[in-house]
Amino acid sequence: MSYRIPALAFSLLLMLAAPLAQAELRIEITRGVSEAVPIAIVPFGFEGEGRPPVDVAAVIDANLAFSGRFAPMDRRDMVARPTRPADVRLEDWRLLKRDVVVVGNIKPVAGGRYEIEFHVFDVFRGQPLMGYTLPVAANNLRAGAHRIADMIFERLTGVPGIFSTRIAYITVDRDQGKPRYRLWLADADGARPGVIAESAQPIMSPSWSPDGRRIAYVSFETGASRVFVQEIATGKREIVSSAPGINGSPAWSPDGTQLALVLGGVDGNLEIYVLTLANKQLRRVTNHPAIDTEPSWAPDGKSIYFTSDRAGGPQVYRVGLDGANPRRVTFEGNYNARPRVSPDGEQLALVHNDRGNYRIALLDMQRGGLRVLSEGRQDESPSFAPNGSMIIYATREGGRGVLSAVSTDGRVRQRIAATEGDVREPVWSPYAR
Amino acid sequence: MSMQKLAILLISAVLVAGCAKKTKPDDEAARVAGSGADDGFVTQPLTEDELYAMGRPVEGEFGAIDAPQALAGQTIIYFDFDSSAIRAEYTQSLAGHAAYLVENSQATVRLEGHTDERGSREYNIGLGERRAQAVRRALMLQGVRGDQITTVSYGEERPAVTGSDEEAWAMNRRVEIVYLR
Repeated sequence: MSYRIPALAFSLLLMLAAPLAQAELRIEITRGVSEAVPIAIVPFGFEGEGRPPVDVAAVIDANLAFSGRFAPMDRRDMVARPTRPADVRLEDWRLLKRDVVVVGNIKPVAGGRYEIEFHVFDVFRGQPLMGYTLPVAANNLRAGAHRIADMIFERLTGVPGIFSTRIAYITVDRDQGKPRYRLWLADADGARPGVIAESAQPIMSPSWSPDGRRIAYVSFETGASRVFVQEIATGKREIVSSAPGINGSPAWSPDGTQLALVLGGVDGNLEIYVLTLANKQLRRVTNHPAIDTEPSWAPDGKSIYFTSDRAGGPQVYRVGLDGANPRRVTFEGNYNARPRVSPDGEQLALVHNDRGNYRIALLDMQRGGLRVLSEGRQDESPSFAPNGSMIIYATREGGRGVLSAVSTDGRVRQRIAATEGDVREPVWSPYAR
Repeated sequence: MSMQKLAILLISAVLVAGCAKKTKPDDEAARVAGSGADDGFVTQPLTEDELYAMGRPVEGEFGAIDAPQALAGQTIIYFDFDSSAIRAEYTQSLAGHAAYLVENSQATVRLEGHTDERGSREYNIGLGERRAQAVRRALMLQGVRGDQITTVSYGEERPAVTGSDEEAWAMNRRVEIVYLR
């Protein structure tokens, strides 16, 4: 089953009109980040006929709740449902113990488009915080809602929101006897999924280019592993690595010009290489008879973290691009693999064997110390959100692969809505440009 | 094909091309917006032709043929957890494969290495390869030429048995010896 998404075939014109209110105040979250901010997203008004195709307030509500930093209010508990700033009686919301209230209105405009106007109020101080009008394409209300959630999140926390980002993931269906492997893209909340590649042979290890326009992945469709790079908007793709033996584990460099990958060669000795995409020049980074795999770039592009079992079991190492002096960075436990570096470069998310369970753990590289974040038995493939606040990963539930997300402080956990089949290898996109 | 049909095809091709253009981001708009403008993506699954643009796999799963009759039923070698050591029980059947390959010097095999589902996926590709290489070395020690053997590791991606228990895992830690045409 695949989906064609005409909504996305047209670029979303999100023109941010001049802010209606110039509010420079930033809400102080006096309860600290560990306390969710009580917020009310009032259902948006609609000036068109019938109902709007997307419940914009509900999407914003779900996005903000997903972050774990906001506690939205149940609509049924709202005593008033204003849609215009003039109708907002802040004392009502104060009584309902809301710190922030959001109202909005959707208006059809010329050219089959909508205009979403929204206003955010600081209930406690009795002040408007922000007000904007966003024109969006008629079929893109959902993207508009994600964008509004991003704007509110950033205004209130100082951290860019991630609700306009996407995830890539792999599914395998075995229903009709033979397996079918598919590479999907979806909104970060799991909505609007679409297949971008599929095969009867395994597809694995998707990796986003830093500009979010391309995805590298491994496909066995030719009978051997090959690294592909596919342009998302056009579906155009090319094989960038087809050496004898294993071609695997692609990882884009932060500047997008290089791809770290793993080659096994005829003798099957897995080593990490860096491929310069423009001229296809290949440079070897590791040199050891053990398995060296799963490269992940440090944000400065100067070093690579990777998995190696040179000390017996798999552990994480760090090496400069010249390959000199690889240094071991994990010491706790006998299984630490598939590192992913946080956007600030200070933490590693990895797969850690915790008393027989494979779990997602976070290594603080400044202070040391490994913190187990997930609770499953076979958790794998952690991937940071671009703002570093959440980690998405694959886990098993009822014998089926599903996706989960956990905040990096371990407090918020979320199961991601998914399609049918076995779901695995989620990768969070970079920020939408 | 009639001219009319050709014309229709050409027109639809132009239309499709026109639509495709719209999937590209409007750079100007994106810049003005300075926003998380969403430029869409192609969600059509690739056609067979696109999928196999680099060469269509040969029939019978990439050239696989039946194993020689005397060796049929001995084409799977199972491994212990976290191990690529070939258990003693397979010495005889591996000797049989080696003898056949030495005698039939034009014959070739593909060794497909697999792991169970536990642990990280690319690392498991490495472990599956290690198992395939162990079998390759065992065959070469008995005189099989290196160019008669290719290896491929599927890691945990192609389990023989689904399930998350010891029994399923043991059935999935394996190397399959596949004869090629």
